[in-house]
Amino acid sequence: MISLFYVAAIVAVIASMLVIIQVNVVHALIYLVLSLLAIAVVFFSLGAPFVAVLEAIVYAGAIMVLFLFVVMMLNLGHASRQQERVWLATSGWLLPSLLAGVLFWGVVSSLPSIDLSVSVIGAREVSIRLFGPYVLAVELASFLLLAGLVSAYHIAKR
Amino acid sequence: MNEIPLEAGLLLATILFAIGLLGVMTRRNIVFVLMSLEIMLNSAGLAFVLAGARWGSADGQIMFLMILTLAASEVAVGLGLIIQMYKKFKTVDIDVLSALKG
Repeated sequence: MISLFYVAAIVAVIASMLVIIQVNVVHALIYLVLSLLAIAVVFFSLGAPFVAVLEAIVYAGAIMVLFLFVVMMLNLGHASRQQERVWLATSGWLLPSLLAGVLFWGVVSSLPSIDLSVSVIGAREVSIRLFGPYVLAVELASFLLLAGLVSAYHIAKR
Repeated sequence: MNEIPLEAGLLLATILFAIGLLGVMTRRNIVFVLMSLEIMLNSAGLAFVLAGARWGSADGQIMFLMILTLAASEVAVGLGLIIQMYKKFKTVDIDVLSALKG
């Protein structure tokens, strides 16, 4: 289980790095799907199978298909890839890399060193909590989804 | 079962967050910016699931479900805005959005 965790973590990091240096949008989307599936495997190795399945279905399935449809509608051609190459070749990477590195170092220098003893928390426990103390949060999430649906329809229609 | 060091998981979440932040700051194509935001939200969810696994409770997974909901609605609205922007400016460069009144 622990080797599964490390392999999936390495795959997730490499795929995420490849996402942000791609030129073609569709290739970046495929790498993003790979990264999300690797994180789903990480969730599985951490003893959260319900969340792992949701990550694969909702993130890597539904949200990425939404991205793919919009990329198809935009129909970015060869010219935009040339433009991306020009944008990527600039020295604009230096300062953002430095800032991200400072954030990374700041967080990493204060990490706790504890060993997790992994125990499986499945759909049953999550659902009991979800419809017990967290039922108001579920209602608020439904409000948020409805607001997102209505505003996305309204914005994309005009 | 077996032991996974918590700091390895938190290190993974931090690396993913830094990669997403780098993408948000560096890329000029707004579709890539939205994808980097997805990576950042996902790493935050990973940190929540790790914290839930640390205390052996389901609350971290519930918070991940909330983040999933947030990401879904954010992507729906963001992609609608991208479609509008492409209709109006015929480009996906975020630098054309530097004026308040377009």
